[in-house]
Amino acid sequence: MTKEQNAIIEVKGLAKSFDKTIALDGISFSIQSGELFGFLGPNGAGKTTTINILTGLVRPDAGIFQIGGIDCTKNVQSAQHLIGVVPDESNLYPELTGFNNLCFCGALYGLTKQERQNKARKLLDTFGLSEAASRKFGGYSKGMKRKLTIAAGIIHSPRILFLDEPTTGLDVASARQVRQLIADLHKAGTTIFLTTHYIEEAERLCERIAFIVSGRIVKIDSVEHLLEPFQRKQAMQIACIKDTSFIQPKLSETFPDMSFIFSKNNMIRVEADKPVFAGAIVRFLEEQGIDVSEARRIRPSLEDVFVQVTGIESDALRKEKEKSGMGGKS
Amino acid sequence: MKAWIAFWNILLKDMRSYYLKPPNISWGLLFPLVWITMFFIRSGLGMESLPKLLPGLVALSILFGTTSVLSVTVTFEKKGRSFERLLLAPISLEVLMLAKTSGAILFGTINAFVPIFVAMLLTDLSAVNWAILVPATILIAISSTFLGLFIAVSVKEVFEAQTFSNFFRFPMIFLCGLFFPVKQLPIWLRPVSYMLPLTYGADILHTSINQTSHMPLLLNFSLLTLFCAALFTFSLRNIRNKWII
Repeated sequence: MTKEQNAIIEVKGLAKSFDKTIALDGISFSIQSGELFGFLGPNGAGKTTTINILTGLVRPDAGIFQIGGIDCTKNVQSAQHLIGVVPDESNLYPELTGFNNLCFCGALYGLTKQERQNKARKLLDTFGLSEAASRKFGGYSKGMKRKLTIAAGIIHSPRILFLDEPTTGLDVASARQVRQLIADLHKAGTTIFLTTHYIEEAERLCERIAFIVSGRIVKIDSVEHLLEPFQRKQAMQIACIKDTSFIQPKLSETFPDMSFIFSKNNMIRVEADKPVFAGAIVRFLEEQGIDVSEARRIRPSLEDVFVQVTGIESDALRKEKEKSGMGGKS
Repeated sequence: MKAWIAFWNILLKDMRSYYLKPPNISWGLLFPLVWITMFFIRSGLGMESLPKLLPGLVALSILFGTTSVLSVTVTFEKKGRSFERLLLAPISLEVLMLAKTSGAILFGTINAFVPIFVAMLLTDLSAVNWAILVPATILIAISSTFLGLFIAVSVKEVFEAQTFSNFFRFPMIFLCGLFFPVKQLPIWLRPVSYMLPLTYGADILHTSINQTSHMPLLLNFSLLTLFCAALFTFSLRNIRNKWII
């Protein structure tokens, strides 16, 4: 599949409320064909609701949307053959084997027996699940379940793939594999709509990102453009042995060109418009009786953009998600 | 063609995963068999009385075979979110739900013929009008299945599906004229009886097996078909309004 420079998903003024809770408050965005688009936001921001509306599982209260040039506002069914969905929870059939699950999902999209069996074998091989092909899905590990769920989402070679929190709850190795699979799918030309709460994952994978908070898109741009204002800044992180907050006034007084952000875990983030030299600050801290365990230059990341745009600490976002487990509508 | 592939595979998966499993056979066959044996022994009559009990046995086999599994599995799949997979498939809701119910209809129909074959071995069934019995059995299986679907889409929890099924099934057994004519019911209970699809199904079964009827055959078939259409339409409306919110 080749990348075409036209919008494959177009959303205008999409709104949805559940009872009195506003889940989406008139969001608008468009996704180009072949693009890997990230949707980033805390729990309850409206990420899953957006996916559910675009895939036909939830009806919008207002707004219009097109998928592949088809107006899907009233009925998504006409575009469902273009879509593959990987939900936030693995929802395949526990009583079926991995192979049979994939074949069944292929059959739902009208693949012939030969087509779906060939595709299932190929996908099981690609996802490293060939040996578990004849085992029941219910007995798979979390990582294996996630991989098979992704495989089920792409068995019919969809032009657009919706991935809802694909790496949540996975161990490091499995998450890495899943990320590689997403990158490969993107390279092959599939348009990907990815929701995640892992900022570094979005930064690494996505071309454009939308930050969504309380049902509103607060920022939408390419990763490059989002990072641009932060690239000019110099930043350093200093890890201290004990509490350092008391030193803030003195530090600001001694280094007036720099700004200091103190976090609870005895970390000091130093930011300035000109190069920051660790030596002077470390010496100053040690003179004040504060032992420094590490001082390192940090490159600006999407996390900085996220914190500035949403006002939400990225650590808080991660903890909140971990506390709530994998599922939950957002 | 593509919709047909999806339809066939949903039906096949449900048959393998749910209907051909031992617990379902116990509900669909064992329960009606025990129930009728109890009636048979209590009546103290011989094998020649078997045709009298056959409509009841056939109806109960269908009713329990269809409603027991469908109402529970649809609720279970909805709860486990695997039903979302079906809703995401590029097939219409009508085709999807017909595929989901076809397994139950097929199982209910097969269930109905088990007691018929057993009765054929034990007694003379030469008086049976097969041209009426076969379509009636299928139509009763369809209406019972759609009743199971109606139950499934009206509840949220699996245990509610079972309880709600019994709320319909047990009164229906006594009020539909299977074991005693509707005319023998107190007058105030008769309207309830006429609101149950099985009343019309039971009357057709009596006509085809024992040549005794309460209402015209065409009226029975028409009303039973109407019940099927109404239950299916209402269930689809419920899915559209409650599940695709």
